[in-house]
Amino acid sequence: MAHPAQLGFQDAASPIMEELMYFHDHTLMIVFLISSLVLYIISLMLTTELTHTSTMDAQEVETVWTILPAVILILIALPSLRILYMMDEITTPTLTLKTMGHQWYWSYEYTDYENLCFDSYMTPPLELDPGELRLLEVDNRVVLPTEMSIRMLISSEDVLHSWTVPSLGVKTDAIPGRLNQATLMTSRPGIYYGQCSEICGANHSFMPIVLELVPLKHFEEWLLSTLE
Amino acid sequence: MSEVRAQKPPPGKWWTPPFDPRFPNQNQTRNCYQNFLDYHRCQKTMKRRGKSAQPCEYYFRVYHSLCPISWVQRWNDQIKEGTFAGKI
Repeated sequence: MAHPAQLGFQDAASPIMEELMYFHDHTLMIVFLISSLVLYIISLMLTTELTHTSTMDAQEVETVWTILPAVILILIALPSLRILYMMDEITTPTLTLKTMGHQWYWSYEYTDYENLCFDSYMTPPLELDPGELRLLEVDNRVVLPTEMSIRMLISSEDVLHSWTVPSLGVKTDAIPGRLNQATLMTSRPGIYYGQCSEICGANHSFMPIVLELVPLKHFEEWLLSTLE
Repeated sequence: MSEVRAQKPPPGKWWTPPFDPRFPNQNQTRNCYQNFLDYHRCQKTMKRRGKSAQPCEYYFRVYHSLCPISWVQRWNDQIKEGTFAGKI
């Protein structure tokens, strides 16, 4: 979940999100270095008494500041493409979970074996227990097993929504009439929060997503007990 | 419908539709719809030939896992009314 006044990413809970964080750190470092260099040079330019009024050309420095940015861009592009292809890797999932966006709640369907379906509404602030998170808690959480490749199929029953869980690096649009696939793979158990990320009407900010990731044994127990 | 799906998940054995190379990308709409069609076509053909519809259960399991329940209900209602747009 996000902390108040948080600036950076939430802690990564999936391998892809870890990779995205490393890439972000790498690229942001390059951005900071370039910005500080430029700022330093501007400050030098503005605080010198020296002048040179007869500059004709500057072949050497022009060559450097053409080649160097190209090299820097390649250094950014290579990790970027690596992660792009990593996100598209084909894995055999072990479980399929469907989620349908509605105005203004999510419904979840586990139909690999029996039909388990439930709606997930936000808990109104007045009904929260002490310690619970405002605008993030729901009545029925999505329970899933850790360390298993899960196929998520996301769609909508009415307008556009977007199913997001920042800690897992997942954001997929829910489009009526279309079934979008995303892959979830969580490294550790925990409770992960997300919020609808496509404007969908009056209560767009009040339809959160809560994933409860548990070891497989607990997931099986939950599944069997909920089906009864 | 089918007895195959009325099984509780056996511990340690999980089955979900595998990767289908005909639908490798993010948009799986056609994957769901195609398997729905294939199930009904398989049923119809097997019945016509007087054979068991057991092999059709694979398509049933795939579309049942992939397709949203509301879509399946809508298509089944359309089939009952004779207004289903797909060729079965």
